[in-house]
Amino acid sequence: MIEIKNINKAFNDKQVLFNISGLFEKGKTNLIIGASGTGKSVLLKCLVGLLKPDKGNVLFNDRDFTNGSKKLITEIRREIGMLFQGGALFDSKNVEENVMFPLNILSKLKKAEKIERVNHCLKLVGLENINDKMPSELSGGMKKRVGIARAIVNNSKYLFCDEPNSGLDPLTAIKIDNLIQKLTHELKTTTIVVTHDMNSVMEIGEKIMFIHQGKKLWEGNNKNIFNNKIKELDEFIFSNKLMKKIKP
Amino acid sequence: MKNFGKYIIFISTLFLRRESFKTYFNLSVKECIKIGYESLFIVAIVSIFMGAVTTLQTAFNLVGPLIPDYVISLVVRDMTLLELSPTIIAIVFAGKVGSNIAGELGTMRITEQIDALEVMGINSSSYLVLPKIIASILMYPILVVMSAFLAILGGYIAGTISEVIAGTEYIYGLRYEFNPFNIPFALIKSYVFAFLVASISSFQGYYTEGGALEVGKSSTQAVTKSCIAILIADYVLAQILL
Repeated sequence: MIEIKNINKAFNDKQVLFNISGLFEKGKTNLIIGASGTGKSVLLKCLVGLLKPDKGNVLFNDRDFTNGSKKLITEIRREIGMLFQGGALFDSKNVEENVMFPLNILSKLKKAEKIERVNHCLKLVGLENINDKMPSELSGGMKKRVGIARAIVNNSKYLFCDEPNSGLDPLTAIKIDNLIQKLTHELKTTTIVVTHDMNSVMEIGEKIMFIHQGKKLWEGNNKNIFNNKIKELDEFIFSNKLMKKIKP
Repeated sequence: MKNFGKYIIFISTLFLRRESFKTYFNLSVKECIKIGYESLFIVAIVSIFMGAVTTLQTAFNLVGPLIPDYVISLVVRDMTLLELSPTIIAIVFAGKVGSNIAGELGTMRITEQIDALEVMGINSSSYLVLPKIIASILMYPILVVMSAFLAILGGYIAGTISEVIAGTEYIYGLRYEFNPFNIPFALIKSYVFAFLVASISSFQGYYTEGGALEVGKSSTQAVTKSCIAILIADYVLAQILL
């Protein structure tokens, strides 16, 4: 479980996040949604520690990640797995080395055990026998899958995904979304997905936080999102012609 | 001044939250191959021609009945050890290795690979930069020693082929009034230059912001700033040590 309390963040004089609070539950896919430039990625960076909030706290199972000791922050970080927008695979390493990387740094497993774990994670994400391929030889969808395998290889308790289906065709995007949800349920991780894709919202939005101009305007799930009374959220949901046609 | 302060803080972060010795050892060996071994060819070519041209130009300028021929190789020797091998090769080193380091780190920054390391709880600056600095400090003095040898050899070959100096005269000049301090002086310079090139280039690459265009700019700035730092350090070291 991850709790955020009154998160504020500004860059120079520009306030990007205003008093955002919320709870992200274990074993569920928690979505942070909103239009581009609303502060979703900044919030995600505050959550994983790449940015420090100006005010407020991020609590991982009641452990203060924002103001904790360096030892505690490192300890929490080593429980985090993250899928980046472009995969962020290391160019100089092949698939096996990429997925094994967190184990090499963070675990004391023997080489054979590490390979077994890597193969298990690659199997979980539906990729087998591509251990020797370099990132440049992979398609966008495969890169994301390898990124997910790397994020979960160290038995991460918290999984963060930054726009996991950007740049993917709709079919592959849905597959990636379903994979994230399946892994969240199977591994009981606290998963947070940042997205602006309505397909993802409808497919895996077990808990949704809507952000508009740095403020949290709505919280709910994919079952009650159409019943909201928020004008900005309505505009976000029904922004394309297809959605306008099915608007209740 | 703000950038200089940021650079000092950057250097100090290299020694915080370090990984295991084995990790750094393995990374440093890989970097030694990339930084040292892969620079051998360009350093060899530049050094041989540098020595050859210095010999011919010295001969051209010093020809006269009162100046013995061995002065040519004496000049080549001292120029090579004091300036050409440590400093000119450092500029070549900045061009090849510095731009490579800045480009590599810049690309890692814009493709979020550095963020990925940070999220895993790894001190990315220490993990990525410290092995490069260690490898540079280990390999560059070796390149300088090799460069000095090849430059003097290049001078010998050019001098004897063009018959501006006899082989025995050249050897005599190399040994004549040799000041042994020139060698530690060249090595001290090489350690300082190696640190400057690796750290400045890493700093430029590590803090790249934007896209592919900015990676190119970072590489160019890495080379420019490294060259300026080398020349300033060269002057300061000459003032202090000679």
